[in-house]
Amino acid sequence: MTSSILLPLLGGALIGLSASLLLLANGRVAGISGVVGSLLAPVRGDVAWRVLFFAGLLSGGLLLAWVRPGSFPAPSTPSAGGLWLLVGAGLLVGFGSRLGNGCTSGHGVCGISRGSVRSISATLTFMATGVLTVFLVRHVL
Amino acid sequence: MRTSLSAFLSGIIFALGLGLAGMTDPANVLGFLDIAGDWDYRLAFVMGGAIAVHAALRPLIHRRAQPLFATKFPAFPASKPDAKLLVGSALFGVGWGLGGYCPGPALTSLATGAFPLLVFVPAMFAGFYLAQVVQARSCVGAPRPGTPRVGATPAQ
Repeated sequence: MTSSILLPLLGGALIGLSASLLLLANGRVAGISGVVGSLLAPVRGDVAWRVLFFAGLLSGGLLLAWVRPGSFPAPSTPSAGGLWLLVGAGLLVGFGSRLGNGCTSGHGVCGISRGSVRSISATLTFMATGVLTVFLVRHVL
Repeated sequence: MRTSLSAFLSGIIFALGLGLAGMTDPANVLGFLDIAGDWDYRLAFVMGGAIAVHAALRPLIHRRAQPLFATKFPAFPASKPDAKLLVGSALFGVGWGLGGYCPGPALTSLATGAFPLLVFVPAMFAGFYLAQVVQARSCVGAPRPGTPRVGATPAQ
């Protein structure tokens, strides 16, 4: 029990540290959908840090794949149905998080940390529809 | 330059945190969302740990008049939750529950070149773009996607 929550806690603490660093250094909110999604509507002078944050995520991913490959699921080839599911999931995640002005990081971590009512509402909403979706997929369909 | 370096470092730490926390394996995420099944509660501690650290450090950071490498801290509208926020979040949650990926873990996992991410991430960017188009059409005077908004406050 204690050991099984230790890594989630430590990983979460690193995420909180990362968000704090970005706020302290750049005065920016570490909301992934906003940081990266805004690259599709670039504003002059506001592009480089977003690209570098994205590059940091990818570099961190490479580092993880090298030193801790178990962080990622074992490679598998999804079925045709699985592919369409991924397309639909990606579209919904991208569209929804931009329309709702944030995702798990922007609302769930940064927004809740400052006690934002909007972010608390958003987090409760996406948690609820996420739970409902998994319930329908796993226990009803 | 300095803002780029700090953003790069922040991105690396963020990705390492996601990986250690178990967020980069969709099986963990779906297990966490499956409260009616064999519920895997562990990921609740990811958000808990992140909020604890960030909520503790924020007030210290805001003692400064301005960020280290920028002129101002972000300002947030004191608005209430609206339909756009709730509908968007609801759709995001459905996608999260279908694939087990939210944006951070998806972009971090893209580094592995695993096939599912080569499908999911482009679809996610298409979703980002669609949301911009829809919002540009529904708001009078809102910036059109792709046009530089010089002097505008960038969205967070």
